[in-house]
Amino acid sequence: MFSLTLNGTRRHIRDVSPNTTLLDWLRERGHVGTKEGCAEGDCGACTVAIREGESWKAINSCLVPLPAMADREVLSVEGLSEPGKPLHPAQQAMVETLGSQCGYCTPGFVMSIFEAGHRPDLKGPENAWKLDDQLCGNLCRCTGYRPIRQALEQVAGTHPADGFQGQSPPIEALSYQAGEERFFRPATLEALWPLLEHHPKATLVCGATDLGLDITQKGVRFPTLISLEALPIGGLERRETGWRIGATMSLADLESAAPLPILTRMLRYFASRQIKHRATLGGNLCTASPIGDSAPVLMALGASVVLASKAGERSVLLDDFFLDYRKIDLRPGEILAYIDIPHPKPNTLRGAYKVSKRREMDISAVSAAFVVELSAGIVSSARLAYGGMAATTKRASATEAMLIGKPWNDENLELAIAALDFTPMSDHRGSAWYRTQVAGNLLRGFYAETRDTPVPELQEGHIGTVQVSGPVETQP
Amino acid sequence: MKPTPHESANLHVTGRAVYVDDAPSPHGCLWVHPVTSPVARGTLRYADASAARALPGVHAVLFDHDIPGDGLIGPIVHDEPLLSRGPLHFFGQPIAIVVAETRELAEQAAALVTLEIDEQPPILTIDGAIEAQDFLGTPHVIARGDIEKGLEGAEHVVHGEMRCGGQDHFYLETQAALVTPLEDSGFHILSSTQHPTEIQKMAALVLGLPANRVVCEVPRMGGGFGGKESQATQPACWAALGAWATGRPCRVRFSRHQDMAWTGKRHPFMGRYSAGFTDGKLVALKTDIYCNGGWSQDLSIPILDRAMFHTDNAYFIQDLHFQGHACRTNLPSNTAFRGFGGPQGVLVVEDAINRFAESQGLDAAQVRADSFYQEQQPTPYGQVLEGVRLRRIWKELRESSGYPERRSAEQGQGWVRSGIGFQPVKFGISFTASLLNQAGALVLVYADGSVQLNHGGTEMGQGLHSKMLKICAIELGVPQSKIRVMRTATDKVPNTSATAASSGTDLNGAAVKNACHQIRERMAKIRATMPGAPSFAQVALQCWINQVSLAASGFYATPGIGYDREAGRGTPFFYFAYGASVCEVNVNALTGEYRLVRADILHDVGDSILPGVDKGQVEGGFVQGLGWLTQEELINRPNGSAVTLGPSTYKIPSIGDIPRDFTVKLLDKAPQHGVIHGSKAVGEPPFMLAIAVLTALRHAISSFGPGPVELAVPATPEAVLRAITIQKGELPRA
Ligand SMILES: Cc1cc2nc3c(=O)[nH]c(=O)nc-3n(C[C@H](O)[C@H](O)[C@H](O)COP(=O)(O)OP(=O)(O)OC[C@H]3O[C@@H](n4cnc5c(N)ncnc54)[C@H](O)[C@@H]3O)c2cc1C
Ligand code: FES
Ligand code: FES
Repeated sequence: MFSLTLNGTRRHIRDVSPNTTLLDWLRERGHVGTKEGCAEGDCGACTVAIREGESWKAINSCLVPLPAMADREVLSVEGLSEPGKPLHPAQQAMVETLGSQCGYCTPGFVMSIFEAGHRPDLKGPENAWKLDDQLCGNLCRCTGYRPIRQALEQVAGTHPADGFQGQSPPIEALSYQAGEERFFRPATLEALWPLLEHHPKATLVCGATDLGLDITQKGVRFPTLISLEALPIGGLERRETGWRIGATMSLADLESAAPLPILTRMLRYFASRQIKHRATLGGNLCTASPIGDSAPVLMALGASVVLASKAGERSVLLDDFFLDYRKIDLRPGEILAYIDIPHPKPNTLRGAYKVSKRREMDISAVSAAFVVELSAGIVSSARLAYGGMAATTKRASATEAMLIGKPWNDENLELAIAALDFTPMSDHRGSAWYRTQVAGNLLRGFYAETRDTPVPELQEGHIGTVQVSGPVETQP
Repeated sequence: MKPTPHESANLHVTGRAVYVDDAPSPHGCLWVHPVTSPVARGTLRYADASAARALPGVHAVLFDHDIPGDGLIGPIVHDEPLLSRGPLHFFGQPIAIVVAETRELAEQAAALVTLEIDEQPPILTIDGAIEAQDFLGTPHVIARGDIEKGLEGAEHVVHGEMRCGGQDHFYLETQAALVTPLEDSGFHILSSTQHPTEIQKMAALVLGLPANRVVCEVPRMGGGFGGKESQATQPACWAALGAWATGRPCRVRFSRHQDMAWTGKRHPFMGRYSAGFTDGKLVALKTDIYCNGGWSQDLSIPILDRAMFHTDNAYFIQDLHFQGHACRTNLPSNTAFRGFGGPQGVLVVEDAINRFAESQGLDAAQVRADSFYQEQQPTPYGQVLEGVRLRRIWKELRESSGYPERRSAEQGQGWVRSGIGFQPVKFGISFTASLLNQAGALVLVYADGSVQLNHGGTEMGQGLHSKMLKICAIELGVPQSKIRVMRTATDKVPNTSATAASSGTDLNGAAVKNACHQIRERMAKIRATMPGAPSFAQVALQCWINQVSLAASGFYATPGIGYDREAGRGTPFFYFAYGASVCEVNVNALTGEYRLVRADILHDVGDSILPGVDKGQVEGGFVQGLGWLTQEELINRPNGSAVTLGPSTYKIPSIGDIPRDFTVKLLDKAPQHGVIHGSKAVGEPPFMLAIAVLTALRHAISSFGPGPVELAVPATPEAVLRAITIQKGELPRA
């Protein structure tokens, strides 16, 4: 048995399969305000908020296995205001701006706007881009978004005195079973090892933004799930040699901690706010998708993963961690505990890019991250990592080799591009032709972008992943 | 003045608005799930459902031969077996239904039904159907003058081919129905449909019952856009069949994947054209257009017709010959979608104009404006235009958007280039099957002065109920708070047309007005006998005391329209709605990514009944059009199954895709004579305003080299990069 708090009321849960999503549980119990639009994390109709620390976080209830919510405080749209009482400001704003037409997406938007009301970092024009980011995980087919954006602008960062202030409860260890299905959430590594030993077939889970899809789209019923969420490996630490990122740190937290600008730049177009509240770097690397967005950046930065087991820890360079299509060097009994990123040298040029059909909330057709070290205008090292160009995230080793020892100039840039030797596939995200063109052009763009500043940050309103804000003399 | 919110806004934002799947399951409710074809084309030899039937909790597995009534359905011609009779026409075609205790169980059992199938190679594309000469219905021709002479005499002739893809409706609420058997062998159907009468008719047909045994009720829809005009029928009929067979309530809800796999989409079109221009004006146009209809007729023929009615768009063309065919393919039957073929027809002529302007170095906006219809000019099918508002709109929009200055300031150098485009639209309002232009209403006044309003239209987010509420309040002279809009139901208003063709307000509004007038007249007589200034409630009470009826059913039929398809002549439309947009894009030549940075729209909705609602329709329609033209790409495998089955692979616009600078204005002082409260229909016409974005992209791309731009639709970043590369001469033209 476990319990959670739903709209202020404590609920005790037993005999519910751990493969039940929060959304299904809500709707089966008559809380039908929260809608299903896709059950794949992409539409936001299922958005609810969970309390974390002093703030609230919007998440996709369609992807979360219910026991992952144990001990947590969940707020669904029905909990925002009572019938007959004044509406919550997030609701009121949506009414006033005519932000609802058919109304099916509306509960989800209301919850995302509710979260925005409690976010401290959304005020001011310099944060305008964050408004799109806040709502890019909610789709509306009716309104065309203009009124919804207006509602968001009215509410974002206002800290309404809505009675939802408070502190999240501690997340404790959990051992839950319903029928033959089990869900464990150890709170210490010491407690994790025996679990891994006794349940060698268990599936690890963290944010469940990937694993949840197996449940909702493929109908998988996991016999045993071991959640890593409560383990003390979710922090960010600045060490002498580099940054150590906990594998279970949420991408949203990582984005606001912003240890490295090119990581931040990648996270800007990683999924949606709701997904980033749950998704982790550990999960992103362990799914080993060739279009996973964190891998190129981490690889370009020369990151290693720390794999922990009962026997101790081993560190593997990310280049060696990916073995083949969706195959990683993770042994039974191991988890990915940390990601170590060496501090970049001061004289390096750094850029991260992502090209997809839709700018926000889409999976990459091509992604790339480049870290080029120069000494006196000569390339002394180059790490050019690409996603979407091969079966795994891959460095352009021929190009890198070609560049080293050469001056970083127009002529060598073109030679470097000519030396790119990928044979990408064609699929619905992009043809091989497009991927090949873009792979070269991203390097060209990186070269142009870093001429003035070694680590350019994205500006509001940029056109395309390569930031060339105005016309530049170089002809494409 | 603050705009009036949607009549259900408070319910929407609190999560208390009820949609079909939110209704609690009645006692003993079962779930229905179909067994579907795993091939796009073939013949079913044998099916074995014994394993499925043996699963505990499975109540029935039903095939075509179990259907008590007629197993053939379809909105116009009944050419669709509800459950296959052997031939298999598309991947996902229903073969049987499973009725079981839970949704999961029904789905699990469906997978246990074994099928023996002879598979044949499917035809999936327009080109494939043309090669096989496989068409639906008969071709349609609209002609005027002498096209060959017209083209010969023109100064310039451009030839081209326009291709556009389909579009999934992506209503946020997927198809759903809940059917409850009643005590007297009747059935109550709760359906997410734009056409409750169709559901009633088809369910009655399938069950072999007279229509009066079936009631269809619609709480509201989570979006429709045409996708629930004819295609809500299948799930509702499955559930009805299940309820009939088991005697228990049955429900069904499609997952997103199922919805995208099984239901029809906007029709992809291909249009070949030759267009003649003289003095920078369009003077002759010959087109041969083809739509991909999918496996059955559904609404493909009227959709093709509407495409042809709109191939002239806003332009008078002296000599013309339009010919259209609907192709039969092995895809889910493509269906109604906002614009109903109109946008595809418009794209053909706009492609011709862009191509001409690009090859001559002219401003496409000027060509468009110079080709505008004048007052009293006839359309290709001979309808004489009155109240043409194109010039007025262009004049006002050109000024408010600063088009001329911004066009000459386009950035044509460097990696980021800009383009600005202009798009006018003229859109015909009425069902083109003229008999459908009728509607009913039922207004009930209670003795305490409160009112129930029933009308035949359905609410899918477009604000129809809000408008009906306002019309009813004005016509009865009571505050809106006294009126309750009831769920649409076929036991209140019978024999309704679909809520479609943008006509919901025109038709139902007039019927509501008619009902209100009957009651008002009766009340006026009683009022005259009462001293002082009695309130509405007092008069209502007095009517009851005096045994005067306080209920009335209203009716309306659009006068004076009709079309002869054989002759290609007639007056299919009661009137036309007009609008125009100016859009600006910035294009990144490295990746083909771009941003729509500004959109200015001026749209004609007549005298708006609810300006806030109308503006919402314009914005929403524009953004939906934007999605179709720029990013929504449906992809099928060679075997006819769909790759794009959800929002992870099928990208409708999200908030970041809309222009930051987005101005929508409604044309001022523009009453439409003969339409309810001087208003005009608004649902579909703005969809086409997004074509300005294509023109803007083409302008930006044309700065990379000479000649017409080869930009595919949807204009994804890849399509844009390809067009740029072609323009630079680095890739061959197609
Ligand atoms: C709508 C949507 C949008 C998305 N957008 C993007 C995107 O833009 N870019 C992108 O790259 N990805 C995207 N993803 C994928 C997904 O969000 C990421 O891969 C995410 O980082 C996974 O983290 P998680 O904690 O949720 O992993 P989970 O789903 O919990 O786990 C994923 C897998 O990794 C394993 N695992 C997790 N943590 C560990 C660990 N510490 N040690 C060992 N094994 C572990 C699990 O066993 C499981 O097999 C998207 C997903 C969705 C649903
Ligand atoms: S239902 Fe679409 S994101 Fe959850
Ligand atoms: S209001 Fe219909 S989907 Fe947003």
